[in-house]
Amino acid sequence: MAPGTVPKSFGDRLFFVVTACAAALVLALLVVLVLRLTQYAWPAISRFGLRFLVDGRWDIGAEQFGAASSIYGTLITTLIAMLIAAPLGVASAMFLVEMAPSWLSGSVGVALELLAAVPSIIYGMWGLFIFAPFMANYVQPTLAGWLGFLPLFQGPKMGLGVLTAGIILALMILPFITAVSRDVFRLVPPVMKESAYGVGATTWEVTRDVSLRYGVAGIAGALFLGLGRALGETMAVTFVIGNNHALSASLFDAGNTIASTLANEFAEADSDLHRAALVELGLVLFGMTLVFQLLAQLWLRRVRKSMGSRR
Amino acid sequence: MWARQLAVLTLLLGCASGCAPGFAVSVASEANRRATKTRITGAGASFPEPIYAKWAGAYARDHDVHVNYQPIGSGGGISQIKARTVDFGASDAPLTAEELEAADLIQFPMVVGGVVPVVRLDGVEPGSLRLTPEILVQILMGEIRRWDAPEVARLNPDVDLPARDVTVVYRSDPSGTTWILTHYLAAVSEQWRTQVGAGKAVQWPVGIAGKGNQGVATYVTRVDGAIGYVEQAFVELADLTHVRLQNQAGEFVAPTRETVAAAAANADWASAAGFHLKLVNQPGAQSWPIAGATFILLNRQQDDLTTARAVLEFFAWCYEQGGSLALELGYLPMPQNVVELVAADWKREVQFDGRPIAQ
Repeated sequence: MAPGTVPKSFGDRLFFVVTACAAALVLALLVVLVLRLTQYAWPAISRFGLRFLVDGRWDIGAEQFGAASSIYGTLITTLIAMLIAAPLGVASAMFLVEMAPSWLSGSVGVALELLAAVPSIIYGMWGLFIFAPFMANYVQPTLAGWLGFLPLFQGPKMGLGVLTAGIILALMILPFITAVSRDVFRLVPPVMKESAYGVGATTWEVTRDVSLRYGVAGIAGALFLGLGRALGETMAVTFVIGNNHALSASLFDAGNTIASTLANEFAEADSDLHRAALVELGLVLFGMTLVFQLLAQLWLRRVRKSMGSRR
Repeated sequence: MWARQLAVLTLLLGCASGCAPGFAVSVASEANRRATKTRITGAGASFPEPIYAKWAGAYARDHDVHVNYQPIGSGGGISQIKARTVDFGASDAPLTAEELEAADLIQFPMVVGGVVPVVRLDGVEPGSLRLTPEILVQILMGEIRRWDAPEVARLNPDVDLPARDVTVVYRSDPSGTTWILTHYLAAVSEQWRTQVGAGKAVQWPVGIAGKGNQGVATYVTRVDGAIGYVEQAFVELADLTHVRLQNQAGEFVAPTRETVAAAAANADWASAAGFHLKLVNQPGAQSWPIAGATFILLNRQQDDLTTARAVLEFFAWCYEQGGSLALELGYLPMPQNVVELVAADWKREVQFDGRPIAQ
């Protein structure tokens, strides 16, 4: 049966209705969610308007709420995480599929799946207890020594802050990106790779021109899986970011993300405006995810065109 | 080093079990499951949760009353009691007499505790670092940025101060602890009062923030050069390094049960409307300068006579029998004269169907 036509027999019709309802439910959930969030956030939306997005002040006592520091923190930690995890993840997936002996790729594969299953609070505790002192004593002094002329690497060397949060996020999303990219590379039909080798291509050329091109959509999917997790990650970030609402140019300074602010303040928010502002933060995160999704789709369409992939 | 790490872990685990509401209570209530039971639910401040849970457990042993307390935070406690979804609310920061009037609530203090500035400075023993209110304010304002600054060194000639940056640690969640500390800072410093102010959450000039007493305790133990503030009970629990603070009489005192009791002894509860009282910067050579009570909120008009009676009987029992349990956990029970004031308040204010219910 071709998609888009309503089936004739009763059983098929019933099947059509049931599946259609299931699909509609997802859509309805989304719409209701956005409507309810907007309704709860309305006091803050009507009070602050668009200024909410660019105002850096978050003063609970004076009831002045602006999301700029949370938005900045969310974007910068995600950016750091992606800069580290994307190349590392794709490169290690290439190695595992194209070059590693099978015993190695098997055991690394198991390790990857285990890492991906570690709950985020464990990353947070490890980050705070072990990684933050390491950052304070070794990484931050080194960075400040070499790159201290940049405002990015000035400031207190306490081991907690935006940079630490970004690196922890990178470690958290790395297994996802690697595992999915590995599966994508594995799906490349061997006959394509073999014919490339047959005409004298090197491993690098095969990987670049065959595997990567064939799997570009899958790789993009892997990256966006990681990006989505980094954007919304809460507990691990809350542990190490320092939860400060000031906007600072330094990556060593404490900051906050939308998710960490929600985790910190929602239970104790006793004024209606504060709660509304927090819900509006949630809406902003929702919007950010949506924008990233759209950009990803657009980018993917362009890449597919330029790479000539038919998938 | 490991001892400290272990202490913090224990603290986190303690929270994990403490955060499961009414755990201690359900164990105790198992014994009298067959008896008909009255259920009381309360919600609010997380700081007194250990003592409320302990009281509830002890009370359930010889009473057919099941008390379930949910530590959802002071703000949550206030909104839940206003919405009448719980039988009592709890808050670390008292409501003002006007707020009580508007919401038709009554409020009374249950236990007193101190708020303690704590530091992590390697090589500095607990109680050896001395601070004056002025120096404390300058540190928290971000004006003194290093521990080996001359102002701090002059005050502490015997302490080997490390050459470390100061990292201020404060509460990320609106809290009664912050309320008490900032009211103290505003009382001792005109600069703090005008530039930062006092409340459950303020705009801190510098620093990083942790969630809850545990969050602050954890950051302070992890960051070398940190200074934060926690409820007194957490100082021992998390093995933190407390400071000696100069009180109103000019003496440097350490936070102990005795010094907090000395601060509470001078409090004039009788003339505080709705028991709205701060115990900051109290007179007396022995007084710890930063203290406060934690409060219970009840609806003035009760809509279930049995439950209302059970609630009042439970809290009366806490006042009479709960003192030693409170001391064990590091809280200070209310003195007898305050208990009598509270009882008189109940008799007058708590009503069912227009009539007072307390005998």
